[in-house]
Amino acid sequence: MNGWSNEIASEIFPMVLEGFWTVLKVTFVAGILAIGLGLVVAIAEQTAPAWVRRPLSGLMQFIRNTPLLVQALFVWYTTSLYINPEWSAFAVGSVVLGLHYASYTSESYRAGIEAIPPGQWEAATALSLPAYRTWGVVILPQMMRRSTAAVANWIIAMFKEVPVLFAIGVFEMIAQVDKYQGLHYAGALEGYTIAGLLFLAASYPVAVATRRLENRLAKSHY
Amino acid sequence: MLSPTTDTDPIIRFDRVNKSFGDLDVLKGLSFEIGAGERVTLIGPSGSGKTTILRLLMTLELVTPVKDPDDNGGVIWVEGKPYSHMEKGGKLHVASERYLRQRRQKVGMVFQQFNLFPNMKVLRNVTEAQVHTLKRSKEEAESKARELLDLVGLSDKVDNYPNQLSGGQQQRVAIARALAMDPDILLLDEVTSALDPELVADVLGVLRDVADTTNITMLIVTHEMGFARDVSNRVMMFDQGVIVEEDTPDKIFSDPQEVRTQDFLRAVLAE
Repeated sequence: MNGWSNEIASEIFPMVLEGFWTVLKVTFVAGILAIGLGLVVAIAEQTAPAWVRRPLSGLMQFIRNTPLLVQALFVWYTTSLYINPEWSAFAVGSVVLGLHYASYTSESYRAGIEAIPPGQWEAATALSLPAYRTWGVVILPQMMRRSTAAVANWIIAMFKEVPVLFAIGVFEMIAQVDKYQGLHYAGALEGYTIAGLLFLAASYPVAVATRRLENRLAKSHY
Repeated sequence: MLSPTTDTDPIIRFDRVNKSFGDLDVLKGLSFEIGAGERVTLIGPSGSGKTTILRLLMTLELVTPVKDPDDNGGVIWVEGKPYSHMEKGGKLHVASERYLRQRRQKVGMVFQQFNLFPNMKVLRNVTEAQVHTLKRSKEEAESKARELLDLVGLSDKVDNYPNQLSGGQQQRVAIARALAMDPDILLLDEVTSALDPELVADVLGVLRDVADTTNITMLIVTHEMGFARDVSNRVMMFDQGVIVEEDTPDKIFSDPQEVRTQDFLRAVLAE
């Protein structure tokens, strides 16, 4: 294997960039799922009857305790075998990733809910606020302040795990480098370096922004 | 023991009420009545069940069910109707959440820790439940809120957040918030215990005004014996979930009959 080549680097760069664009798209779709579903799960775990709550908690536990790679491969093969072989790797991969991280964000939301003093619930009860108001204007805003930073960190972690979906054929950066290598028997060093730098360039500002947000929330009125 | 009589039907009636937390029986078949407009102070050592009584009335705790409540009691009645229970097919059953939600609207509570909503400005703290529980219009709720905030001396704080106020100011907002619901019964749970001593007088002053200008039935748990003496018609001394002694504040404070009351008052007044 040869050393670094600027020529190869400039040739492979657009391909890796295209893969990076796919990573961003997956992150966007999976991120919305992780943020939204995690919240739904956290609320359901507090409010739903036991016959919903128990299996739901069990499922989340299961998802957290099995590897993402195994989940992606399992869902990819079972959906294409038994449900619809036309479903794209992008769609299946985004959903699996989103679900996987929803199992983590739901824990951050839960911690945020449990950190709210019981007096807040009691005041809402004493005022006979309807449940949707208690949740919507009393509990969730206070939970958000406590959970936002943790959830943002999960989303950054999720972003960095998108390449796992290479295994089911999502055409992200590793797939692009792999393709280039297959054609030219070169480009691994350049391709992975560029991929790494792109990840760093994207996640570092987000991490900084998260820290700022954390500081700002800490100074807010509640 | 003599219980001061009331000339109307009781607004609150505890009929052999039980409340246990796990193995701990806090209330054991407690019975008492409170007349409409009465101001009753509950005193007694901590763990004697006073706060539990208020929390049961606010439905923050539920009574420990008794078999066959029609015969054996274990029921709280408010305004002549079952409160902890509901009537179904001529029999009493443990109340549903929906029933409780509807019945407790006439009961308000002020907490030791204020429990204002920290994410809402003062005005919104006082309007939120008026609009969404009582379905008042926003304008009506705001004008009522401003009126009450004026009454508690905080009309210049409507746009502040709770954490920008002192403890005493927060507690006065909490009083305005409870009054905005036009409660028939107001529960005051050690409302000055979390306050710095110099802030206590303002809060008690507001409550004296409320007592003087309204006919709201008040149940007060407090260690402020001066306030209890001024405001209440009746004092009930609790110990271990039972009423040890009850009488007018004058009698209880100047001539307590029971040893446990004497000991308790001596300890409190020595503080």
